[in-house]
Amino acid sequence: MSTTNPSDPAAVEPTSSPPEHPSSAPLAIHDMTVAYHRRPVLWDIDYDAPPGKLVAIIGPNGSGKTTFIKAALDLVPRISGDVRFFGEPYRQARTRVGYVPQRGSVDWDFPVSALDVVAMGLYRKIGWFRPVTRRYRQQALECLDRVGMADLARRQISQLSGGQQQRVFLARALAQSADLYLMDEPFAGVDAATERAIVAVLHELRQSGKTALVVHHDLQTVTEYFDHVLLLNMRLVATGPTRDVFTNENLRATYGGKLALLDQVGHRMTLGQGNQ
Amino acid sequence: MTPQLDMLTTIKTILLDEWFLLDTWIVVTAALAAMGCAIPGTFLVLRRQSMMGDALTHTVLPGIVGAFIISHAMKTSGWFAATGGEQPYAFDAITYTMMFVGAVAIGALTAVLSEWVQRQGRVESSAALGIVYTSLFAVGLLMIRLFADSVHIDPDCVLYGSVETVWVTGDGVPRAALASGGALVLNTLLVVAFFKELRVSTFDPDLAISLGINSTAIHYGLMAITAVTAVAAFESVGNILVIAMLIVPPATAHLLTDRLWLLIVLSVTVAAASAWLGHAFALILPTLLLTPFADAPLLRSVNITSLDASTAGMMATTSGLLFLLALLLGPRHGLVIRRLHRGFLAIRIAAEDLLGVIYRNQEDPETVNPAILTDRSLTRRLAVWWLRRRGLVTGSSTSPVLTSSGHASARQLVRAHRLWESYMAHHFNVPADHLHEMAHRVEHFLDPELRDQIAEELDGPQRDPHGREIPLDEPD
Repeated sequence: MSTTNPSDPAAVEPTSSPPEHPSSAPLAIHDMTVAYHRRPVLWDIDYDAPPGKLVAIIGPNGSGKTTFIKAALDLVPRISGDVRFFGEPYRQARTRVGYVPQRGSVDWDFPVSALDVVAMGLYRKIGWFRPVTRRYRQQALECLDRVGMADLARRQISQLSGGQQQRVFLARALAQSADLYLMDEPFAGVDAATERAIVAVLHELRQSGKTALVVHHDLQTVTEYFDHVLLLNMRLVATGPTRDVFTNENLRATYGGKLALLDQVGHRMTLGQGNQ
Repeated sequence: MTPQLDMLTTIKTILLDEWFLLDTWIVVTAALAAMGCAIPGTFLVLRRQSMMGDALTHTVLPGIVGAFIISHAMKTSGWFAATGGEQPYAFDAITYTMMFVGAVAIGALTAVLSEWVQRQGRVESSAALGIVYTSLFAVGLLMIRLFADSVHIDPDCVLYGSVETVWVTGDGVPRAALASGGALVLNTLLVVAFFKELRVSTFDPDLAISLGINSTAIHYGLMAITAVTAVAAFESVGNILVIAMLIVPPATAHLLTDRLWLLIVLSVTVAAASAWLGHAFALILPTLLLTPFADAPLLRSVNITSLDASTAGMMATTSGLLFLLALLLGPRHGLVIRRLHRGFLAIRIAAEDLLGVIYRNQEDPETVNPAILTDRSLTRRLAVWWLRRRGLVTGSSTSPVLTSSGHASARQLVRAHRLWESYMAHHFNVPADHLHEMAHRVEHFLDPELRDQIAEELDGPQRDPHGREIPLDEPD
């Protein structure tokens, strides 16, 4: 919320006001809290993404990794907090932000080819009322080629393997030619070839100065793939360069140290129980 | 004349000689209504919201009744000159406009209410729809009863339509055809204009939102358009047929193609075909079915060739039959093609097994059960035919002999088998006599690349776990 409501007693606290000088970081989150059915799942997130870095978002199941991305992109409502992309609210910065949802979030029986899906990344560029012309299909094909899938462009998407489907999603994000990418578990359940392809694309993105925030579940590969980490478990546990922050101590705090009190308070908020 | 010929002549008489302008208008009106429905129906089916079509066709009833009541009130209160005053039925410009306004409102209301019920009532989406649409439909029926003076609607007509009475001699283009045609044109224009947006918001609503496309607006727009189409179609074909045409043609087309634009074209075609075939069947079937019993006492006084069945009913039945045909004969998902694929796979596997048996028999006759060699089953004979056609074996079907290319194929198969046994023995802790069964299945699916990969992982094994030699793909 960017305005404070004088009748709201909580507004007396200065924490819910927007920052004085909004940062121009690719993603700047200030005091973000997200709730489902009044139950907070992410508490008071403050985070500035470093430009030109690959950042792993790490945390156990149910720690709010997907919610983190979706709330930043206005896909789920925030109950408080301010989110800016390159210093602007999401509405104005949309073209600079690419989103790779989880593979399981769509119906793969849908009647489209791999190329059609990638071309969706170009829809904003193409504009309203205009068809996907040959020029744009060519661009989509180039993006598919960058993930090593050009020869499968005409396949219906249900006939691709899981890894290939993930690469189609990645190619679609590339087609958006954004400056910041938010990717939700791109490495989940993929084959070795796809894993290599994704890593190559991530390196390519970094080289051209782009930033990527990637929800990642494989702790073995974090140091190899990512420059920065963001450790999440209903709250931001730690964030910074991988070599400084990706420590056993922090991991213990993330995976073992779920704050039981957060859960309890959240539960009471769902039920609407008072102080008695 | 033979009975068959007689039958054909009867059909010809009914469909050509006794085909009147009325029949043409019936088919045209029904086809326009069906085609109009197939377009929003495609997106309902793809969004897995088919139940929404069912719901909307019912919830429009209170909208329509409300339109009648309000326009009647407007006319009797003297706000508007009663343009339709002379007409026996109350359809006039005001009522008509109100009906479509009511449809849009009720379409959006249905969507909003069902979402609200789902959220607050702790039920899944189809239960929420079931609650909302039965309630609203009942409200509509109640309104018809309460305001019978101003509402000239027959509930039967709402359910079953009255396409047979769509045109009276001397009329111009039937009003129902104009309404449905209008809906079809509107839907076509919308789908062409918003093709990309509909596609992306149906496939991946979150991505659509992140592209700045308002998925929520598209959702409500689709509901409103479906409701308008249903209203345009209801008086001619009735809402049961509207449900059928919203769902069945798109579901049929989905079995036939993997391209969205072609899917829309096909579902519109299936809808039109259902209308024409449905009316033709309605004309023909009673005659065909009853002719053999023409002499029965009950039917003696009836002119059988003049009987016909309900066109709307036959249209729905026909669309169901077309769906069944697509299900059986579809190019990729059809049952027939899938059966054939499985049949060919079974023959290929039997043929490859035979190659392996002959190879092993040459290698060491002790390891082969002689009964396998003299198998005379149909599968075996098909397998020999398959191998012979590809020049892999010669000789009689009881004692086939490997050709040189047959020998090469057999060796690849045996290599696959023994590599897999080695792989299993390396990674799984199972006794040696448990390896064969699985390798026997897997051997048919290991291409050269996979075979090399396994060999590489096992450092190029020479012998399998039973001590038998693993042949190379190419002989040295």
